[in-house]
Amino acid sequence: MIRVFVPRDSGALSMGAEDVARAIAAEAVLAGAPVDLVRNGSRGLYWLEPFVEVETPAGRVAYGPVAAADVPGLFKAGFLQGRTHPLYLGKPEEIPYLAKQERLTFARVGITDPVSVAEYEAHGGYRGLRQALSMEPAAIVEAVTQSGLRGRGGAAFPTGIKWKTVLATSADQKYVVCNADEGDSGTFSDRMVMEGDPLVLVEGMTIAGVATGATRGYIYLRSEYPDALRTLNQAIAAAYKAGFLGPSVAGSGKAFDLEVRVGAGAYICGEETAMLESLEGKRGMVRFKPPLPAIAGLFGKPTVINNVISFASVPIILDRGAGYYRDYGMGRSRGTLPIQLAGNIKHGGLVEKAFGVTLRELLYDYGGGSFTGRPIRAVQVGGPLGAFIPESQFDLPLDYEAFAAKDAMVGHGGIVAFDDTVDMAAMARYAMEFCAIESCGKCTPCRIGSTRGVEVMDRVIAARTTRDPAVAAESVVLLKDLCDTMIAGSLCALGGMAPFPVLSAVQHFPEDFGLPSAVLAGAAG
Amino acid sequence: MVDRAGWEAVVQRVVGEMRSVPGGLIPILHAIQEELTYIPAEAVPLIADGLNLSRAEVHGVITFYHDFRTQPPGRHVVHICRAESCQALGADLLLADAQARLGVDVHGTTPDGSVTLEPIYCLGNCALSPAIMVDRRVHGRVSRERLGTVLDALQGSAS
Repeated sequence: MIRVFVPRDSGALSMGAEDVARAIAAEAVLAGAPVDLVRNGSRGLYWLEPFVEVETPAGRVAYGPVAAADVPGLFKAGFLQGRTHPLYLGKPEEIPYLAKQERLTFARVGITDPVSVAEYEAHGGYRGLRQALSMEPAAIVEAVTQSGLRGRGGAAFPTGIKWKTVLATSADQKYVVCNADEGDSGTFSDRMVMEGDPLVLVEGMTIAGVATGATRGYIYLRSEYPDALRTLNQAIAAAYKAGFLGPSVAGSGKAFDLEVRVGAGAYICGEETAMLESLEGKRGMVRFKPPLPAIAGLFGKPTVINNVISFASVPIILDRGAGYYRDYGMGRSRGTLPIQLAGNIKHGGLVEKAFGVTLRELLYDYGGGSFTGRPIRAVQVGGPLGAFIPESQFDLPLDYEAFAAKDAMVGHGGIVAFDDTVDMAAMARYAMEFCAIESCGKCTPCRIGSTRGVEVMDRVIAARTTRDPAVAAESVVLLKDLCDTMIAGSLCALGGMAPFPVLSAVQHFPEDFGLPSAVLAGAAG
Repeated sequence: MVDRAGWEAVVQRVVGEMRSVPGGLIPILHAIQEELTYIPAEAVPLIADGLNLSRAEVHGVITFYHDFRTQPPGRHVVHICRAESCQALGADLLLADAQARLGVDVHGTTPDGSVTLEPIYCLGNCALSPAIMVDRRVHGRVSRERLGTVLDALQGSAS
């Protein structure tokens, strides 16, 4: 039977992939040409979704974007034999957007059936775990450390160091928790893994359990991802059935149990200690540190906490060796980063590249410029707490240290593009508004500061309308003072970093704040 | 609205089944809301008793998280993403259109009970902004025209 691939990824579904799948099944019956319909993940070329592939003797051939109404025509044109059609895209791996990538973590996403253990293993899955099971725990931790892997959730803390702390802390119970509360706008790589290759996350968490002596894992998934929940639960059930989860992982005698817990709509629960509170059934209030979660985390026990992409990068490190992974990248940013192109961008999607690729390459060579066709004026990198970066800095390489040197952050690798119609004062106001809505309320600089920030921005915007530069200048001085207080006095990154988009907007786009740039340059310091 | 006997049975059953789940309050609240579409405020003491928590703890959790509601929503729930990526392609206009067309503010339900309008902060569909979610189904690259069509269909339908 001919295999036809129609993604179950929620991005593809948002463009009608379910209707396309149904139409293909129905048309196949009419044509008397039974097909094996595989619901894969997305290749990450979202402007071409629904991206349909057919397996031919010469390899897979892609068509897209396919609408349900195109399906009869595709059958007539002979797409089951990989013949040409106006939507014909050729071999997916030869499309430049994909051909130029370095897909390590995303090696299988879009290629395999996400919930088939057999297919996962046929494509190199579970080799990392088998390798880990033949090693001493300390050696596994050492391999992760040597790979240079740093937390992909945003904070970029060395993964191996966290694991080492948990390994060295003795307790009757330890936990592995995956932070899948991917709340930053412009980020969707966690979702793509969970919907497209969830078993690589399951394998990475299992390796973490084996390495640190933790026997129980939780995936804390945001409730905004119902499709990811479905796929994850199917994958976990399949892993249990195949003996890769449970009392004796792959027959090793080592236990590891895993379940998904769904959040309830709170951005702050992406902060690791608020997430632990939420997993314990409480309000998502940020905890004081110390103690570190690696020593006293979930239910007071030593807990490994990593992001989806961090865990998903572990199997290949164990399988191919630390050096293989470390050889990608630049400086202290080793390996690859799954970058997400979002916002006002023509070719939005997932680009996994070694660190060192520049914003300009990403925005123009991959992204194809803005969706609206207007000049890209600014990008925000690293989510709602990341700085706005002007066109003059688009040659910045993606590297944790290079970004930090410009008061920006790589974060989770999300890049949101804005064209020249963007009002940066409105974006600064939104950054404060978002912080006010999502603040857990535990510390004053964040809880009150964000509300005062919205008020100050309202004055700036009003002064701009009334053309009153004196009021605007005074307000910006106050705004900067407020930002200093939030940065220095907040308990966690929400209040402590929400000022970064605000300050970067003032610094790089003073004209939007209604002041002559010279006056403002002085005021903004 | 479900009558007291109706929701009480659901709450008792869910709490009974899940009381031993570690940190189970949030899964329990999700399960109750899944069945009843909301968490009746009068159910708080029952949940608190069942889990050996104070009423304040349960109330605190319900009110902390955006997902939990203590009033039934409309027959359909429309979430419009307000986050940066969707703003870059006109999400503010979509939200304003929806408010005008439905005649409600955010978190509001139309008088006929057909639609509840909610803001949401990222659906993870940022390569296909602007995005909305209608009854848990995400739609990408939503134009103002398409939003209008979707809302008209929801308001015209009985269920």
